[in-house]
Order: sequence, then structure tokens, then C-alpha cells
Amino acid sequence: MEKKKYWQSFGELNDSAAFQKEKQDEFKEELPFIDVDDKGLLEAKTPRRDFLKYLGFSTAAAMAAASCEMPVRHSVPYLFKPQDVIPGEPEYYATTYVSGGDAIPAVAKVRDGRPIKIEGNEMSSYSRGGTSAQMQASVLDLYDTARLRYPAASKKEVTTFPVLDGMITSALAGMGGAPLAILTPTITSPTTKQIIAQLLAKYPGRHVQYDAISYSGMLLANETCYGKRALPSYQFRNAKVVVSLGADFLTTWLSPVEFQRDYAEGKRIRGANSDINKLYQFESMMSATGASADERYTHKPSETGKVAAALLDSLNGRGISGINSPKLKEGIQKAAKDLQLNRGKALVISGSNNPNVQIIVNAINEAVGANGTTINWALPFQTKQGIDSEMATLVADMDAGRIGGVILYDVNPAYDYYDAAKFRSALQKVKVSISCNEKLDETAELCKFTVPSHHYLESWGDTEVKPGYFSMLQPTINPLFKTRQFQESLLSWSGNPQSYEAYFRGYWTEKLGSIDAYNHALQDGIVEPATPATAGGASFNASGLQAATAAVAAVKEGKRELVLYQNVAMGDGRQANNPWLQETPDPITRATWDNYVLISPALGKELFDVDITNSRQADEYEVHTSKQIIEVSLGSRKVKLPALIVPGMNNDTIAIAVGYGRQSSNKEETELHIGKAAAGVGQNVFQFASFNGSTVDWNAGEVTIAKTDDTYKVATVQTHSSYEGRSEVMKEMTLAEFQKNPSEIPEERNKEMAPYGGVKDYVEKGTLYPVYDKPGIKWGMSIDLNNCYGCSACVVACIAENNVAVVGKSEVLRYHDMHWLRIDRYFTGNPNDPESIQTVFQPMLCQHCDNAPCENVCPVSATNHNSEGINQMVYNRCIGTRYCANNCPYKVRRFNWSDYTKADSFPDNQDQQVVGKLDPAVFMMNDDLTRMVLNPDVTVRSRGVMEKCSFCVQRLQWGKLKAKKENRVLTDDDAKTACQQACPARAIEFGNVNNPDSNISKVRRENNNRLFYILEPIHTLPNVNYLAKVRNTDRLALHEEGRERTPETAKEGSKAE
Amino acid sequence: MQAWSGKKKFFIVDIMLKSCLTFARGRGVFPSLTDILAIMIYQRPIVRKLFCSLFFLFIFSSLNKLSAQDGRALFQTNCASCHNLYKKLTGPALLGFKARGPWADQKQVRAWVHNPVAYMAKDPYTQGLKAEYGSMMQAFPNLGDKDIDAIADYIAKAPAAPGAGGAPGVTGMDPAAAAAQSNDNTLLFGILTLILAVIALILLQVNSNLRKLSDDKEGVPAAEPVPFYRNKAYIYVFTLLLFVVGGYYTIMGAIGLGRTKNYQPTQPIYYSHRVHAGKNQISCLYCHGNAQDGKHANIPSINQCMNCHIAINEYTGSAGKIYSEDGNEVNGTAEIKKIYEYAGWDPQLKKYTKPGKPVEWIKIHALPDHVYFNHSQHVTAGKVQCQTCHGPITEMDEVYQFAELSMGWCINCHRETKVQFASNKFYSIYEKFHNDLKKNPNEAITVEKIGGTECQKCHY
Repeated sequence: MEKKKYWQSFGELNDSAAFQKEKQDEFKEELPFIDVDDKGLLEAKTPRRDFLKYLGFSTAAAMAAASCEMPVRHSVPYLFKPQDVIPGEPEYYATTYVSGGDAIPAVAKVRDGRPIKIEGNEMSSYSRGGTSAQMQASVLDLYDTARLRYPAASKKEVTTFPVLDGMITSALAGMGGAPLAILTPTITSPTTKQIIAQLLAKYPGRHVQYDAISYSGMLLANETCYGKRALPSYQFRNAKVVVSLGADFLTTWLSPVEFQRDYAEGKRIRGANSDINKLYQFESMMSATGASADERYTHKPSETGKVAAALLDSLNGRGISGINSPKLKEGIQKAAKDLQLNRGKALVISGSNNPNVQIIVNAINEAVGANGTTINWALPFQTKQGIDSEMATLVADMDAGRIGGVILYDVNPAYDYYDAAKFRSALQKVKVSISCNEKLDETAELCKFTVPSHHYLESWGDTEVKPGYFSMLQPTINPLFKTRQFQESLLSWSGNPQSYEAYFRGYWTEKLGSIDAYNHALQDGIVEPATPATAGGASFNASGLQAATAAVAAVKEGKRELVLYQNVAMGDGRQANNPWLQETPDPITRATWDNYVLISPALGKELFDVDITNSRQADEYEVHTSKQIIEVSLGSRKVKLPALIVPGMNNDTIAIAVGYGRQSSNKEETELHIGKAAAGVGQNVFQFASFNGSTVDWNAGEVTIAKTDDTYKVATVQTHSSYEGRSEVMKEMTLAEFQKNPSEIPEERNKEMAPYGGVKDYVEKGTLYPVYDKPGIKWGMSIDLNNCYGCSACVVACIAENNVAVVGKSEVLRYHDMHWLRIDRYFTGNPNDPESIQTVFQPMLCQHCDNAPCENVCPVSATNHNSEGINQMVYNRCIGTRYCANNCPYKVRRFNWSDYTKADSFPDNQDQQVVGKLDPAVFMMNDDLTRMVLNPDVTVRSRGVMEKCSFCVQRLQWGKLKAKKENRVLTDDDAKTACQQACPARAIEFGNVNNPDSNISKVRRENNNRLFYILEPIHTLPNVNYLAKVRNTDRLALHEEGRERTPETAKEGSKAE
Repeated sequence: MQAWSGKKKFFIVDIMLKSCLTFARGRGVFPSLTDILAIMIYQRPIVRKLFCSLFFLFIFSSLNKLSAQDGRALFQTNCASCHNLYKKLTGPALLGFKARGPWADQKQVRAWVHNPVAYMAKDPYTQGLKAEYGSMMQAFPNLGDKDIDAIADYIAKAPAAPGAGGAPGVTGMDPAAAAAQSNDNTLLFGILTLILAVIALILLQVNSNLRKLSDDKEGVPAAEPVPFYRNKAYIYVFTLLLFVVGGYYTIMGAIGLGRTKNYQPTQPIYYSHRVHAGKNQISCLYCHGNAQDGKHANIPSINQCMNCHIAINEYTGSAGKIYSEDGNEVNGTAEIKKIYEYAGWDPQLKKYTKPGKPVEWIKIHALPDHVYFNHSQHVTAGKVQCQTCHGPITEMDEVYQFAELSMGWCINCHRETKVQFASNKFYSIYEKFHNDLKKNPNEAITVEKIGGTECQKCHY
């Protein structure tokens, strides 16, 4: 196998001095010892006497605390216990995660009346049980302390809803015949649409759908080409070649959960069957999808249209014009060739919101036979229907005083509209403004009436993602506050005395035929046609193509261009007050709690004179958490943000994530109204989007960048701990290599283990320790690197399941992040050549080593092994020596440096003089309301104990007990880890290795030729194995030689070795 | 460290248990006796034959008992909440029901019990019952035909008047009395020791006086007598004793911190388990049914109390007078009234007139937060009797914490208790142990063997 160099940091790339030091120290945090110097103990900051004083005091305090009387605990049973409720047993309710227009069928786990975890609904034919990071985190939003707790008129609480309704109806009646506007995100719910129509029948006006991240370019293009203002279903499952023009479809674009699931099936290698799909990504910034692409080419954002046009030309056998970069040209030709070869099994998509680009993409799809095969027009995709120009017209009308009243629901244009200032002033000119948002956000605070709606977990409802494919919502908890569902408010204002629940029930009972069918639909959570509609195409009209091509050819290029993107966790910023999401590292930059400007290494050199291939300069840039702030300006619009150098960025492009910089008009009130976790995080860059007359552009042609002298600390987690220079961490091969010699990896492993009799005997002969039996169950996990795209759903699922603490930015900066599961990102290639950069994601968690280095060093046996192969961590035994973390070669152990969870008996532990006060977000997580999200089956860890992945032992125990109670053998479905269940790409397999029929055994058997263990030669015997990534490309990035490597040169190289 | 045997970890706890908990020793004798018996049987065919025949005799006799018991147990579990044999509760009194309506035909009874709604549609007699009692009987689809027959049989064989045959009285020594007796003994021994010590002291004093006298007589010059409190030997012994005894109690006290054995708080309602579970033989699971399904055994909700107490509105003293811990007599009827108060039930008007409020019981058995305990694991999967941990509950009036609920106590039981190895299919995956069992049928597959003493079975 080729010796490919993987690097997580520039220091590692150059083997710099700082990296050398880090290798020695392995942890970045410094030990909290204060120098004794030579002055002797008494002059030291903490002299011996102080030590004795503290010792005496703490002993006395402990005695005092311990000798307190036992508290009297009460146990209050139900007054009338519902028959089906068993306290302490979870209940599962099918519902739907709704966020803007997006809807993903979900199952909520409810413990003693509190929803605590969201899973995907496996009955749904399109999401098939997949989840996203945002969906996993959405349960925490229910317990958001900043939610509005009562309705208000002019910021004053209105005691009851009837009183409020009276006020609102008279206000609506006083509009004086001016029209009413209802502004919502895309509504797919058939009942909601009816209710909106009812209200509009009473108060004439219009319903405008506004999506913060709009797809109106595609909608308009499709109207031109197919006569339908709609989006088709994309069937990645059928695609052998996918060309994505800047669409981050695996993590943020349109419907990533569905796409990831389908795409992953095409990427799955089972045994020797290596017929996998191929993804070409043409993009300007480094997206997670680009990172997973087989071939990746970069260009300026303004060139998107030209790339599309060139691809079309190339497909039609015409020459390519307008593309200057030879590499890009070569890439387009290559992609075109592959598309040609796979007619009918090819798909081209574009993330552009420009209708002209999308018209060309439609033409390409026509040319490659995608229409009707990989693009299904029989099932339009309905979650995004907002048309930018409609919103612009509405804002203009409001501004001109032509709108009498506006009802806003689940939209926040005062924050995320490209011209938010105009929207704000326009909103002031509307006589009656009613906000049904859950929070007093940027928009709601400008409204006269605030009628907070329920969280989706408190709501009834329905969604229709595709025609005939319904997904239902049912409440999983009684409303926590005095809130009322949006639909019910509308019903009441339109004069319908019915509750929405009754209305909804009536609608569906009639539609489904009986109340039983309705109940059944609620129970399943979905209503789908018995036989899926056959895929169909739509007739293509090429008349707009010429104009579109001419338009894209005329786009002016700028010297420096800006592209706005969505961070995988933060999206459009509606969940900004979710500390779980804020603390989830971006898959590429691995930074938390901020947005920043992504710049290429070349630009970094130009701006800061940092050559990241020079080890001294790279250290200069990388070792400090403080990053240079640069000012990005576009006309009068300016933002100052720190710059992060990211390999793989197009040299002339900078990128900034939207969704940050949430702020109330009175900045002081942000913590109160928008939330403690959102306040002060990042900057809002929606202002850099621009309206081109028909759609909003998410990139800017010419921005100016100015260096400032200020710096800003960015909390990145990638380099927090190192493998001490050990390199056997990642294995990757190209498809060509894999097909040539499928057993390359096993052979290599065998060769390495030869002194111990090969892989087979390595377990016994590679150690002095005895080998222990695992009778019954032996848990094992397999992670397929081919199917990991960095979407971080597993990370958030792990946090939610295991009560992993939020530590806040200041603590992440001090290397104290607590995530049990992290997704390591490795680059290979030449950082100065964006095309050469290849990226691999590797989920890293406790490997549950059968010969675990951590276990041997614990002085109190707080971590030890059990007979099922689990490396147990016993919190109540741990005394916090941290020897285990020091000795863990995988650096997966996490230490509670502070009292993040308020579990200590001394409250002042969260606010200490020496270490400082924890961030407000941590205190938010310790609020009694927020703590309702905690999983009661998992101990909340206190300060001073070590923790790490437990293989979700609470779930395993639960599954085993279930099997025992049902008097049967354990199956794969009984015990699933949270990460496994959350993964939309099914990259994680878990189960009992001792059972030859279990999925894990099958996966390991079938994929023995890709199977490897991380750091296998040090004989830790992990119970987690990885399956090597097979990149469907013939070129390999190689740093040492600074050139690309084709199979031919690889052969030469191996000969030379 | 590969320390799953857990033996080392609990070494200290073990030593303490062995040295201080006498009952643990008593329990330890039992398995060794059976072992000896087993060895005897193994080696001597005659003994084995004798044992086998005795064993089968025992099984058969107990089987007979079982089926007779069955009907009553089934009745208590399924029917007793609404039916009494002798008086009307929520439903009719069942004594002699065979003579009424269509019930002479057992098939009709089965059909009715399995699905009362369907049955009633065609049957005027049950329609009349509905009109009379106002409520509908719940369906029991999971009761088999044999179960229903057994219940009918039990009702048929029941004595004509209450108390004639009666449930067998509770036998065996009252635990409180037993405890008192052992306490008495301790006191006795203590007093005896004290008296003996005083006598010894006096004798020593006498001895030294005598010696002094004889020395005086013989003219041996004697040292100035030292009073005993300044006698170094005494001081040494006393200090040592103080250290040992004080140290023992300090350590035991420290270990016992947070443990609440024998905790018996006064509850808002004086609820006597002796009357309910003891005298009236109500199955534990009738009220604490969740113990077989879930983590918590659950205190029943008020509506469950009202199932029976809607009809039983007075305590007739069937289980004798009830005395509270401080010796005052408890008025059972007044305690039942408290239920009505909580439920908002007006016993005169026979309807709910007020909004109810739940009873705030005082929790007795409380485990620390870092311990995971699941009732169903023990009750359903492990088939452990409630009494194993909760003690002689049928003899307690107000409940007290019987077991120590310490980790040593848990571990000890996990070491000794056998799992349902042969009967539960879950364990079929433990091939190695099944093979061991084939080779040596006497081998015990304890909870410990399948990993039941590993940390993360309870702490996660």
C-alpha cells in the first residue's frame, strides 16, 4: 500500500517544532501546577501551610456534608394512572421533525412524560430512519429557556387566549380593507394550507412562503424547462455517476438525510463487489460533500454557470470555452466522459440559486438521460417552494403601506433576509403585525402581537414532503408554556371555534375513512401509498437554454469572491441557541462556537505572509488559538471575522457560514430572548447575499478584504490531542488499487503480524497478558469510512443519549471538550494545490480495547474490562488521576475539569477564582428546564471524573433485558448504539460478534479485505474496526512527492521501494 | 486490568460482611450442607434412590397443592379487585354463581370472561347485570380456559360463609419479635459481661489488697498503692480497647453513611401490608404490577386503591387490631376514609365529588443516583421473589427497609443466585456454560458467572 501522508494540522504536515512538542506531550492542556521555582515552598504561591489549611478545611467540610441528615424523599404516584404508561419505561411516539419546510419522520423517545431523544422513523420510505445533527438536537430546543412563555400584546402579557383573540380580531377588522399577508416558510401540511385559505377568505390577502435558504432558482428554472414550478425527487440510488456543481447534498443541500442514505447505498462495498458510484464535485469552497467526493475541482463562484455550460458543451461534443484553468477544464472533460458512459445512470445537480445555471443543469440532465431515471418527476419534492421575488414584492408592498396586517410564523426575515434592514422598516409600516414564532427573535420583537406557537414536539400536524407521502405530528408532551399552535390561532381568528386537534382529526378521519385508520396513521407516523408511484420524467423545453447560456457567459468575474454556505450543524441559524449544535465541530475546520472566513493557503500567504508548508510559519499560524481578523466588505456591507486557512479552498474565493450573529435589537437582551448559547456567537452575513431581480444570490462577485491588527480566538478541536506520531491510523485506497489486489490490506496486516504468527495468532502471541474468554456476548462495532460524510448526526446523537456535557467556548479553547465521539478529519495532498486535496473523515470513539492500556494504569480500577468486551468506566470509583487518558493511544477519554453539569454539592464550583466562570451556555444547560432533556438512565458526571464512550451500555442492558423478558435470543434490533441508529448513511454496524449470524459478523466477514484496526501493532485489540475508504478515482494525493500519483507512478514507486 | 471476576474488588467489603454480619454466615452454611448432601447422594446408590423417591413424592404433593392454589391465586390476581365471594363490590358476589344466569355451562363462562362486550350483545342476563352495576367487566383474553375453570373450581369449593375455611393463617415467627428476642439476648450477654467484668475487677482489687495485707504481715516493704485509674496497665488496655472499639464503630458508621436499613417512616396513610398481602392474600403484583414490566415497582395510584375500597369502606378487624410503631392502635376505617379524601370520593353519595390529589408517600427504598436497578430484571427475568429483598412484607404493618441495599449485599446475592439458565432462551448463547453443565450437572450458573458482578451492569 502506498505511503500516503495524512495530516490533521499543518504542523503535522510539516512535522514542525510545535508538532514535535505536541507529540511528546500529547495533550495540549497544561498541568495546573504553579511553579515552585527555587524560592522554596513558603514563597510559592501555594505554600505548604495553605495546602494543609485547605486539606483540613476540605476534610472538615466533607465530614460536615457527609454527616447531614438523610433527606426525606417523597414518591408521588399517579392519581389515575393511564393504563399503558409504565413509569420508568420509555414510550415511543411517531412524529415528524419539522424545521422550516423540512420534514423528517421521527420517533420521539419519551421517558416519564418528557421527550428525551429523537430517532428516525424507519417506516418512512424516503428518510428510512435517517436523522441529521439538527434533528437530533431539536429535542433540546423544546426545553430552550429563551422560549416565549406567554402571548403578549405590545410586549405585555395577555392573560388568556380569548382576550388576546378579541384584541387581534378587532385589530384585523381595523385594517380598513387593506390586505392581510401570511408569511411562513414552505408549508407542506394539507390542513394548514386549508386553514390559511380559510383565514384569507375572511381577511383577503395572500400567503407568501419564504425560505431563508431558498431554492427559487431551481423552481424558476424548472418552470422554464418543464412547465412546473416544482423540484423533482433525486434518486441518488440509481446514479452511478453524480456531478455536483457546488451542491453540498450530503450535509446541507435540499434533503441531505434522504440523499445521504441513497448515495451511501451506491457507495457501499460488500466484499469483492466494488461496483460503486462516483462523485465529481465542482465547488468554490471546501464543503463536506466536496471532502467526500471522488474527484474534486475548484473554481470561483461566478464561474459556476460557465462550468455548467462547459459541461454541457463537452457532453454535446463541442469544445469548452470560457474556462481558463487547465485542471478545471480537464476535470469537466473527465466528468463529461463519465456521464456519457453512464447515460441513464447519471445525475447532475447544482447548488446555485441562479435560474440560468439551473436551466443549463436541466439541459445536462436531459443530455445524460437523468430525466425519469435519477430524476423523478412523478414525485415532486415539496419542502422548498419559496420564491424570492414574491418575498421581495411583499416587502416592497409592506414598505409602501399597501399591506394592512401581517402574520408571521416560523420565519425570521429581520435576521435572515438579504436586506433585513428594509424588512424591519417595512414591518414597522404595517398596522397589524402578529408573530407566531416560538421566540422573541429579531422579527418577533418588532411585532405588535406575539402569539408563541408550540414546539413541534408539542404539536399536532401533518406534512407532505412528496405528493401522497404524508408524515404526521402528534404531541409527545403537554405544552410547557402558555403557548398555542399556529394553526389553532389561525382557526380562532378565522372564526372557527374548533381546536386544531379536532380539525386535524376530522380532516384525517374523513380522508382515511375511519377513526381507526386515523389512529393507525398517528401510530405509524406516516401515510404512504401502498405501491410507490413509478418514476417518471417530464417533457423538456429547451427554449430558455440559449438565453441562460448567454447570461452565464456574461457573468463578470471578480478578483476575490465570496460564497456563503451553511455550516453542517448550524444551518440557517434557526437553532442558534442550541448549545449541542454550537459545540458540534464543523467537519472541515473542526471549529466550534463561531463563524469565520475560510481562506485558501495561497490567500493566507498573501494576507498574513504565512506559508503553511514552512514549518515555522505554519506553527506561528496554528499554535495560537488567536486568529487574525480580516474585514470583508462588499460596498457598504462590512463584517470583521477571524480567518481560518483551509486547504482545498479555491485560491480566489473566501467563504463564510450563515446562521451566526443572532442579536436582539437591544444587544443586552439577546441572552434573554434569543438565548444564552446564541448570544455573541459569530457575525450575521446574510447581508452579503444579494437580490438579482429574480432570485437571491448566495455569492458575491467582488469583495474586498482588509487585514486588521486584531485577533480573535477560534475554538478548534482537531489538534487537541495527538497520536504521538503513530501513523497507522488511516487506510485508504483507490478503486483501481482495490480491484487490482482486493486483499492488499489483509496481506499487509499479516505481514506486519508475521512475527506473532500472522493476524490469526496475534491476539495470543502478541502479548504477555493472558487472553480472557468472552462467553455469551462480545460487542463489536464496524465503521465504514466509505460511508462517513462528516454530517455529525452521530456526534449529536451521542451527546443527547449520554448526557454529554456542554462546556462552552472558553473551555473548548482550553482543550476541555467532552465529546465522546468525534469525527477526525484528515487531509492529504499539497495544501497549495486545492485540486490535490483529498479528505477523509474518521469517527473516533473509545475502541473498547480487549487489551486496554487505560485499564492497567488505573490505581483504583475505575476502568476495567467486562466479559462482553466493554471497557467499563465507573464514575463513582474514579478519583481523577487521569492516568488512563494519558495512556490511551486513541485519546478518546474526557475529563470533567469543571462542574459542567451542576452535579457537585458545592455550587461555587462553577464560578471559581482560579479557572474563571464557565460560559453562559453551560449555565443554560444546568437550568431545571433544560435538564429535563437528560437521559435518566445515564449518570450525570460531576467534576473530577473521567468519562468516555460506553458503547451506549444502557441500551445494551436494556436490549438484553428485553430479550430475557421475552424469553428469546438477543437480536441485532435489540441493541443499537445511538450513533449507529442516527447515521443516515448506515456507516456504523454494531452487534454481538460471537453470533456468526449477526450483522456485525457478516459485515466483518464480507469486508475482511478492507478491515483494519487503528494502531493494531500496539496490541490493544480494539473492538471497533474500520473499513478502509475506497476512493473511486485513479489519482492519489501524495504530499511527499508534491505531485499526483496515478496507478502507473504508484507502481514505479513501489518498485523503487 | 482484566478484573471482571470482581473478587478482588469486593474483598474488603467481603471481609467486613463476614466479620460483622452474622446472618451472612448463617446463609453461608446452607449451601455447604446441600453440597454435602449432594456428595452423599452422588456416592451412594441407596441414598440416591431414597432421595429420588422422596423428592418425587415431594414434587407430586406440592403439584397438587399448586393446582388448588392456582384457582385462588388467579382469583386474587385477576378477579379480587372487583369481585368478592360473599359480598357485592364493583361486580356481583361470585359465590354460587353457577346457579345463576347461563353460567351452569362452563363454555358460556369462558366466552364471557374472554370477551364480555361481545357476549353481552347476545345475552339478556349480562345486560341486566350491566344495568344493575353500571359498569362493564374488563376482558381477560389472556386467561386460558384452564385458568377460568380453575377459578370457577375455586369459587365452587369455597366455604359457604366467610371465615369458615379461611385462608391459612400466617405462621412463623414475627420478625419484629424475633429481632426483639435477639436484642434481648444481646442485652443479657452485655449485662452478664458487665457483671463479670465488675466481679473480675473486684476480685483483682481484693487480690491486690490481700497481697498487700500479707506483704504487710511479712514485713515486705510494699510500693505505694497506685489507684487503678493511674495504673499504666489499665490505661494501656483501656486505650487499646477504645481504639479498637471506637475505630470499629467509626468505620462501620462511615460505611453505613447514607444507608437506611430498618428505615420505617410514618406514611400519610397507615397502610398495612399485613392486612392486604398477608391476611387478604392480595398478590404483590396486583398493586405493584409494574415490577414485572419496568424499572420501578411503583406505588399504586389512588384509582387502584379505589378498585377495592369503593366497596370496602371499613376495617372489620379481620387481621386483628393494628398497632402503629409507637404502640397506638390504628383505626383502619379512618385510614380508609383518608383514601376517599385523596380520591375526592364521597362514600355517602357514592360518587367523586372533589378533584383528587395524589398521596405523597415517603420513599423508603432509595438507591443512589449512580446505581441502575430494574425491578423487571429481577422479577421477570430472574424470577426472584419480592420477599428476597423486601423481607417478610406480608407480616409488616408499615413497611420498613428490610435489606441493607448496600453494594456488598447486592454482590453477595449475585454471587449466590443462579440464573434461569436452562429455562430462559436468552442464555442459549452461553455455549461454554451449557457444555460445562452437561459435564457437571451440579454446577451452578450464578449471576456472577454471566457477568453480573461487573461494574457496568449497574453503574452507567
